[in-house]
Amino acid sequence: MIFSDPEIWAATLSMAVPLALPAIGGTFSERTGVVNIAMEGIMLIGAFFAVTFSYWTGSAWLGLLAALICGGLTASALAWGAIRVSADQTVLGMGINIFAAGLTTFLLNTLFGFNGTPINTPKLPNVSIPGLDKIPYIGVIFQNQSILVYIMIVLVIVSHWFLFHTRLGLRMRSVGEHPLAADTLGINVWRIRYFGVILSGLFSALGGAYLSIGVLNGFTANMTNGRGYIALAAMIFGKWTPLGSFGAALIFGFSTALGIVLQGQGISSNLLQMIPYALTILALAGLVGRAVAPAADGIPYDPRRS
Amino acid sequence: MRSLRSIILPMGASILAILIGGILVAALGYNPVTVYGSLISGAFGTGINIGNTITASLPLIIVGLGIAISFQSGLFNIGADGQYWIGATAAVWFGYHFNHLPGWFHMILCIVVGMIAGALWAGVIPGFAKAFVGSHEVITTMMMSYIGILLARYLIEGGPMQQKGFNPQSPEVAQNTQFPYFTQGLMQSQLSLIAVAIALVAVIVVWFLLYKTTLGFQLRTVGLNQRAARYAGINVKLFTVLALCLSGMFAGLAGAVQMLGVDHRLLDGFSSNYGYTAIVVSLLARNNPIGVIIAGLFFGALTTGGQNMQMVSNVPAALTDVLTGLIIFFVACERIIPQVIGWYRRRRTLKSTSAA
Repeated sequence: MIFSDPEIWAATLSMAVPLALPAIGGTFSERTGVVNIAMEGIMLIGAFFAVTFSYWTGSAWLGLLAALICGGLTASALAWGAIRVSADQTVLGMGINIFAAGLTTFLLNTLFGFNGTPINTPKLPNVSIPGLDKIPYIGVIFQNQSILVYIMIVLVIVSHWFLFHTRLGLRMRSVGEHPLAADTLGINVWRIRYFGVILSGLFSALGGAYLSIGVLNGFTANMTNGRGYIALAAMIFGKWTPLGSFGAALIFGFSTALGIVLQGQGISSNLLQMIPYALTILALAGLVGRAVAPAADGIPYDPRRS
Repeated sequence: MRSLRSIILPMGASILAILIGGILVAALGYNPVTVYGSLISGAFGTGINIGNTITASLPLIIVGLGIAISFQSGLFNIGADGQYWIGATAAVWFGYHFNHLPGWFHMILCIVVGMIAGALWAGVIPGFAKAFVGSHEVITTMMMSYIGILLARYLIEGGPMQQKGFNPQSPEVAQNTQFPYFTQGLMQSQLSLIAVAIALVAVIVVWFLLYKTTLGFQLRTVGLNQRAARYAGINVKLFTVLALCLSGMFAGLAGAVQMLGVDHRLLDGFSSNYGYTAIVVSLLARNNPIGVIIAGLFFGALTTGGQNMQMVSNVPAALTDVLTGLIIFFVACERIIPQVIGWYRRRRTLKSTSAA
């Protein structure tokens, strides 16, 4: 039975990382009331600059830092358009996605030529937690995983606590539900929204960096391959909560891992790759009940007008 | 005033994007004038280049019309790429079967099944899921798009449509379903009169549908204000499904036209991205069918010019995507203009009052 093989669960966890991180990021953005479909593009930016700076500086950690900075900057552009200009947030996100796909491919070809990034690019270490890897079965799942897997698990828990058990988390949620009320109570709606969107950029960039310097040590054009959009679905599936997003990401991760396992048994990979997408539609079509977005999600708020 | 703004704004956004692209290119050590020169000459330099530009713009125009319908109905069909490929697949399948049919009938049949396939791909699952469960169409159409492309790829990679003994590709559609090329001189650009005619008729049909019929009025009402539409007795659920069907129908039509007019068979790759570029086309055209022609030609020119640019100046063609992304971003930020004007006016009144 394939489910009894711990390898599939190890793969599930590994596949869930680049979905869970942007999904949690999206949660932060949308909880403050800004629709973010730019996760895909920001992931690409993160993935590309992680590799570039990792290669230039010789340190994967500096590469990761660069990814976070570039992801944060890209998210700031989205935040500025969405918050300051009150522009259509879906269209802005679309623009950023196309821009990011173009920019990363363009820079890949101009900076590294048409043969791809150098093979000696440093990557982030894989680690096993001492003690944990001694436990049978569970130990195999946590054996030799990228360090970002563990960072993600910590971030999931911290994010959930932050959003639902801290004062700033409460403020973020209030701004996404009823910005006018929050404004009346003296909360700076714009500042909180900037914070949420930029936070989502950092998480998305981290997810992108996981792909390029966590799993691999190179960048290929469009290497995110729609993960930013599946993360969007995971966020909705998880009802705009970090824990829920993580759960949904695990389900998508599992369906991807299952596809890889079944491919070894001679089933067309094209058909198997459909599983996560089909699952997303099923999830949205009522498997999880009606998903209710934060009330002010996508609606610009202009304090000068009220 | 409104119509003037709807022309100046996209142009201003495009110019700004081209300027930023120029800075990027210059920063990497290229000469922006030569780079853009090779882009322009690649798009319009010779008769064949102009033919290439028109050929490249036709699918963008036709898909763009579908996107415009969805936007005008308040829906965001982001998965037109999959609808395009499903339409293409259906047209090709009919194209190399039923060879005993009369040529013109066979051709029309291929086009019609392409349209139906695209319409069903957008309308059935995303349409009904939106209308009855409220699933967001941005995600469902996108997911169906991925599934559609994977399905098409499966069909020619070991599936029932693969031509035996070849690289992954389908058999060629019957000779008499292929659109004849415009003239001998323009043959290289694969431009056909039928494809041009279909695109122009499609533009007129969509314009007439949206602005001159009750159906179009109802669609636009649903798009502008769902609650008002419901009070007016419009069946919003039905129109949601209908709008997505119509939108997918044009994407499917584009797929069929491209297969019969240019490709003649399904080839591996599926990376045309027409569905995404068409969104930009429609946005720049303000969802106006006539404007879609101009915006479609603009992006057709960017595509063919970009290929020439990569060959001549060695600048990657992906630069055109950078420009596209920037243009969308700037067009979305149009509301900055009245804000800036308001800020400027306030400052002037402040100055004049303090002077007095």
